[in-house]
Amino acid sequence: MPQIVRKILLSLALLAVTVANAQLSIEITGAGANRIPVAIANFAGDAAAAQIITTTVRADLERSGLFKMVDPGNTPLDENTQVFLGDWKARGADALAAGSLVRGADGRMEARFRLYDTQKQVALGGAVFVTGSTQLRAAGHRIADYIYEKLTGERGVFSTRIAYVIKSGNQFLLQIADADGQGAATALSSAEPIISPVWSPDGSKLAYVSFEKKKPVIYIHSLASGQRHVVANFKGSNSAPAWAPDGKRLAVVLSKDGNSQIYAVNADGTGLQRLSQSAGIDTEPRYSPDGGTIYFTSDRGGSPQIYRMGANGGDAQRVTFDGSYNVSPRPSPDGKTLAFIARRDGRFQLSVMDLASRQVQVLTDSQKDESPSFAPNSRMILFATEIGGRGVLSAVSSDGRIKQRLSIAGGDVREPAWGPFIQ
Amino acid sequence: MKKLLIPALLSALILGCSSTPVPDENAGAPVESRSGVTPVTAGGLDARGLPRELSDPKSVLSQRSIYFDLDKYDVKDEYRDLVAAHAKYLVSHRDFKILIQGNTDERGSREYNLSLGQKRSDAVKRSLVVLGAKEDQVESVSLGEEKPKNPGHDELAWSENRRADILYRAPDGRGEF
Repeated sequence: MPQIVRKILLSLALLAVTVANAQLSIEITGAGANRIPVAIANFAGDAAAAQIITTTVRADLERSGLFKMVDPGNTPLDENTQVFLGDWKARGADALAAGSLVRGADGRMEARFRLYDTQKQVALGGAVFVTGSTQLRAAGHRIADYIYEKLTGERGVFSTRIAYVIKSGNQFLLQIADADGQGAATALSSAEPIISPVWSPDGSKLAYVSFEKKKPVIYIHSLASGQRHVVANFKGSNSAPAWAPDGKRLAVVLSKDGNSQIYAVNADGTGLQRLSQSAGIDTEPRYSPDGGTIYFTSDRGGSPQIYRMGANGGDAQRVTFDGSYNVSPRPSPDGKTLAFIARRDGRFQLSVMDLASRQVQVLTDSQKDESPSFAPNSRMILFATEIGGRGVLSAVSSDGRIKQRLSIAGGDVREPAWGPFIQ
Repeated sequence: MKKLLIPALLSALILGCSSTPVPDENAGAPVESRSGVTPVTAGGLDARGLPRELSDPKSVLSQRSIYFDLDKYDVKDEYRDLVAAHAKYLVSHRDFKILIQGNTDERGSREYNLSLGQKRSDAVKRSLVVLGAKEDQVESVSLGEEKPKNPGHDELAWSENRRADILYRAPDGRGEF
């Protein structure tokens, strides 16, 4: 497998910022075997603003590991310029995008572009995005999503957001950033740990576990308003929230009746129902994308293994059999794959199981992987790991080929959660 | 934060000609309103004074940590006196309550470790209840691997982190919770 090592430092101000404003920087450490060569011409129009669009689109596509950038030269090329696709094919580009950024009468910007297939000598389509001048990168992500979908046939995730926790000194920050690590904003800062953030299916809220009351309590937090409410604060520990796909109920883990067991509860904290009944530990529930099944970790067989049961409880079937420690199950959004963490020779490694064949593949050679989270298009898995004693986030494609690393200067990053598609 | 992006229109597939103008953007409707993020700071709880006998270093009641062996969840014999002293205090002070926080070392899943830490605090709670403390005087919870006493990454650090800690709250609200 070719390992193309290429560094793209997206954040230039990395060394001089405080942690609260710190950006994640992304390093690409592996790429796909057959990358599609594309040329993204410089957007025409307002030079400074157009540059932001051009740079964002190129960086997104390159970071995905599926595209190779072909040098388009420095001449801007707008969507209405006649292009000679044979020339672009001769330059080695299978696809070409050309566009412009125009300031409208009301001060808003219009980003227009067109995408061409140089092999078939056709235009594949185009779009116009209207955006404010402060949101040019968001428009760039939308354009990159459009190009990605046209050329690969699957939805792009460049417009999505991620959540993660930074530990810096004694402070814990729950942050939200764009999928490329840019535009980080702090949703919650606390002197006590925050773990297990999970996005509501509509992307407007996070559920998480906060220790601010000296014990684990589950909250739901609306990102836009900053309003939050307690979902579960029963006697004992309250942890491991997981949204049902309908966004109305959550699976949670409570110790109120003894051992850690799985319950379902409405998002407003009412309607508590016990789902699992075992004498051991049942935790880390996750709904299948159709909402019918819950995958979870249990030590009922003597060692922690992954099981599945119906969304209303009932009999459980064991899913993992190799090794003595398989935890943190995460079914992919397309329902085909289960990501989890397996301990092998004392090392905790991200693994995937093909749910149809039950074939297992270990995706990393690291020591301390945890908390996997699928991109909404199921292609990449974001997870926490440790490099040089420091917590970083990594992303790997479900075939193991494409690898990225997201780290932050002067802090530990952990507990990643990849948000849903933007509606 | 304001609405940040309104993609106005996706064009239909345009075949062949490379100079067709991009379609009329006025025909589209907003399809996205992405919210911003409002920052929040968590409040936390104050620790305030308790009766001196609970913190006097000469009193066994000032000893609040019970350590566990690797992969073990039972209270070792060497902590029998410590547990008995706390049980006795709870029996003679029925209006006092305690919180037992179970902890684990850093290896493995955070959520699974949270459940393992719960087994440790539950074991301490059971010992106290057997010795006369009332169920509603004792809450056992877990901090998992999140609050290590020793931040190191070796056997010594891990052995200091496999523990349960006892926190007190007095009837007037003063306490360590």
